[in-house]
Amino acid sequence: MTPESQIVWLLAVPLLPLVAWALQVSFGRFLPRQGDWLPTGAMGLSAVIAVWMFIGVLSGHDAGTGTLVSAELANPHTWKFFFSDPALTEGLAGFQAGILYDPLAAALLAMVAVVSFLVHLFSVGYMQGDSRYNIFFANLPLFTFAMLAMLLSDNLLFFFIFWEVMGLCSYLLIGHLSQDKEKPRTEAAWASFKAFMTTRIGDVCLFIGMMMVYDKFGTLSFHGLYAAVADYTANGTHWEGWLTAAGIMMFLGAVGKSAQFPLHVWLPDAMEGPTPVSAMIHAATMVAAGVYLTGRLFLLFSPEAQLVVACIGAFTAIFAATIGITQFDIKKVLAYSTISQLGYMICAIGVGGVAAGLFHVITHAIFKACLFLGSGSVIYGCHHEQDMRKMGGLRKKMPITYLTMLASTLAISGVPFFAGFYSKDAILAKALEKSMVTGDWYWAAPFWLLLAAAAITAFYMFRLIFMTFHGKPRDHGSEHAHESPWTMTVPLIVLGTLAIFGGKFWLTDPMHAISGGDEPWFFQIVDDPTHAEFATIDLHDGHTEAAHDSHELAGHDDHDIAHTAHVRAMFMSIAAAGSGILLACLFYLWGILSAASIANRLGGFYRLVLDKYRFDELYNATVIRGTTVLSGFLCWVDENVIDAFVLNLAKLHRGGASLSGVFDKYVVDGMVTWVGETTVAAGQTLRRLQTGRIQQYVYFTLAGALALAAVSLLGIF
Amino acid sequence: MGIQLAFYFFAAMTLGFALVSLFHKNVVHSAFSLLGTLLGMSGLYVTLNADFLAMTQVLIYAGGILMLLLFGLMLTKPSETERSLKRIFVAVILAGGTAVLSAYKMAGTVWSSGDGELPASTVKEIGLEFLRFDEWLIAFEFASIVLLAALVGAVHIARRRFPIDDTNALLKAEQGGAN
Amino acid sequence: MPLSAYLVVSVALFVIGLAMVAARRNLIYVLMGLELILNAANLNFVAFNRENPGDLDGQIAAIFVIILAAAEAAIALAIVLNLNSRIQSIRPDDADTMKD
Repeated sequence: MTPESQIVWLLAVPLLPLVAWALQVSFGRFLPRQGDWLPTGAMGLSAVIAVWMFIGVLSGHDAGTGTLVSAELANPHTWKFFFSDPALTEGLAGFQAGILYDPLAAALLAMVAVVSFLVHLFSVGYMQGDSRYNIFFANLPLFTFAMLAMLLSDNLLFFFIFWEVMGLCSYLLIGHLSQDKEKPRTEAAWASFKAFMTTRIGDVCLFIGMMMVYDKFGTLSFHGLYAAVADYTANGTHWEGWLTAAGIMMFLGAVGKSAQFPLHVWLPDAMEGPTPVSAMIHAATMVAAGVYLTGRLFLLFSPEAQLVVACIGAFTAIFAATIGITQFDIKKVLAYSTISQLGYMICAIGVGGVAAGLFHVITHAIFKACLFLGSGSVIYGCHHEQDMRKMGGLRKKMPITYLTMLASTLAISGVPFFAGFYSKDAILAKALEKSMVTGDWYWAAPFWLLLAAAAITAFYMFRLIFMTFHGKPRDHGSEHAHESPWTMTVPLIVLGTLAIFGGKFWLTDPMHAISGGDEPWFFQIVDDPTHAEFATIDLHDGHTEAAHDSHELAGHDDHDIAHTAHVRAMFMSIAAAGSGILLACLFYLWGILSAASIANRLGGFYRLVLDKYRFDELYNATVIRGTTVLSGFLCWVDENVIDAFVLNLAKLHRGGASLSGVFDKYVVDGMVTWVGETTVAAGQTLRRLQTGRIQQYVYFTLAGALALAAVSLLGIF
Repeated sequence: MGIQLAFYFFAAMTLGFALVSLFHKNVVHSAFSLLGTLLGMSGLYVTLNADFLAMTQVLIYAGGILMLLLFGLMLTKPSETERSLKRIFVAVILAGGTAVLSAYKMAGTVWSSGDGELPASTVKEIGLEFLRFDEWLIAFEFASIVLLAALVGAVHIARRRFPIDDTNALLKAEQGGAN
Repeated sequence: MPLSAYLVVSVALFVIGLAMVAARRNLIYVLMGLELILNAANLNFVAFNRENPGDLDGQIAAIFVIILAAAEAAIALAIVLNLNSRIQSIRPDDADTMKD
């Protein structure tokens, strides 16, 4: 395939949903079935193309040829931004935008397109009867378009634009039910507002970070930035504070989008959106975007920034997992699970495992989409009941949903040979390797936190399965549950199958860690394009031990350590998952231990976790109160200072105006009037002379003549 | 000596009749006394060696203009009470004052006096003057045109009657009548 | 007789004519006054001509004055008659339509 035709096909991937959106938003309600087939079909086509392209990349790699479609091949257009006058643009770097299609983007593109298509398909069944069905099917492809286009952007600016479009779409979709014609949900409106505002904080930080690097490097293209950073560290010999700051600022954008601590609060509330939207946001698009951004920018992160990334990720992983234990709303459990898993990915990138993190993004997208769609199917089957305490015993009534969700749960728990096992294992291995290589205690913390999180994840996920599908029905809703229609089960089956076998698909040698064979191809191709830059940084960055060690640039010792770490991490991970599952069985399947009694014994701490560590309250008390107080103060300032100033100024002006008015009235007008009145008065006076009596005129003439004669005689003239 | 006597006689005649004309209550009498003034003027012309002018004076003033005045008197209805001696005295004093002051000025003026003397008879001379192209011919012809125009104009104006619907004139006439 | 004697007569006649124009409330009198003024002027012309005998310009000017006086008298009388027929009055004060 030539690069040119490749570009056409690549452009078709995001543009198909965009066209579908444009048609749907314009004509959707006139089409049969309110046009749901249009975006679904477009999305299907887009998914086929994306997968096909991805296979092309794989085969290209297998053949040993080049695997990259990068900005250079995309024949980028050069634009001068902000000014059109050459005199003004002089000295400003030209702005280039192109398509970046490397294996990383390729894998995510295929994943996003496929998951989005399945979500579309699922929505056809799930959203049936919604009062704004056509609008829903307009927003969904736009969301997908933004994500796909973002993945293909080769520079931060376009990346940011589509990132923002995605923020808008998430706002629209989370708040979808708030506009319901029959029973609008106020909570949905608040949730969408919260999601939008919280991610906005991150977006502003990201933009500030972008400005910082643009200011220094004069480019926003990813490859340009990699090269610039390599040059910079080569010349500057060490990482400077501002670059760390810029990296952290840009990372904060990902924190907002991927719902990391401390900006995680929006994601659980986003469950107010319809379940397909939750699947979309938490699996395919929104949150993956943040991880993708972190992975893309990894080369820009200084060691300090990497530590921040890793710590935030690890902390979020364990922190959200503990909340997940206590929740009863099936979707809330999954939401906290998502946050926790995102923490995994972020942490993985932080410890240098970009490929591992993004690998987890892909596997997680599959099984988390399956879980969300499965929960949607459960909710749908139980007549829109979301509380797990009212479910139970659905195993028989919804076998397909049960089996697919079980497969996904096994995957997320890290049970060997399921998809999640490989990715999670890779992450843990990376973290352990990092810790072993550096030997610093603060690099060890992420690994242990992640390991604990892995155990807790297994625990609460099986808690979910047992409470929902096992035991006896605890409510008449679940008694009369029924299996969902085919549009909903087919995506479940596809995703469930992928959750089982997906991991193997990604890895040519599943047991590579034990056998000591080559690294799996995904790691090779994903890390490949970055190796060059890593090498450059490492060779010249002798001062930064961490940077040197973080990249598996290949001393023999390092390789051994990596191998050891992988083996250890794998066993520890299996042990953690097994213990979590065992505990869940003890509590919820066999009933040997009582969750309630434990909760009672923990008392205050349990309630704290149940209330999600009261972060909402904290933010209410600090940020929101603070903002309110500040805005109140600003309002006061506005009213009492600015308004007063303006009003006084106005009064002053009015006074001046009236003075000027008086001047105008009595002086200027007075003069004019005086002239006029004097003229009139003179006319009135002289008018009496004009008697019309000729002989009087003669007298006047005589008098004048006399006067003239007298004057003449007196010799005045 | 004879010239002097003639001058005094004609001067007295002129001014005397003029004063009568000025002060007389009856306009017809005034008009007739004006005849005396004009004849006295004619005599003064004779004393100034202007025989042609004297003849013209008699013919045109006494014979023409005075006739016109008399016709005008006959065709209108003069008021008998319009004379106001006080007004006449005021006017005489004003006009006389002007005249006296002017005369005082004139008395101080030295008038140039040419040499030579007037021809014994000026009739032929004046005729020649009028007919000489480079002297008065144009003015003479224009004078005839003016006379013709005056003749036609006088006839036209005198023949005009105000139209019936000239309400303004009627109103004015009523007011005049009321006065 | 010296020139000044004629000038005195002329001035006196002028004063009488002017007084007549100014003081008498009858248009016929006004016309007669005008004739007197013109005659006074004529007398001056002729008198001065005697002092400058080189040509007859003074006398000729007097002739033109007479001609114009005749024309004026004709027109003026026509106007008087017309006025009389319009407002039934020949008082000059009554003809004040143009005042307003």
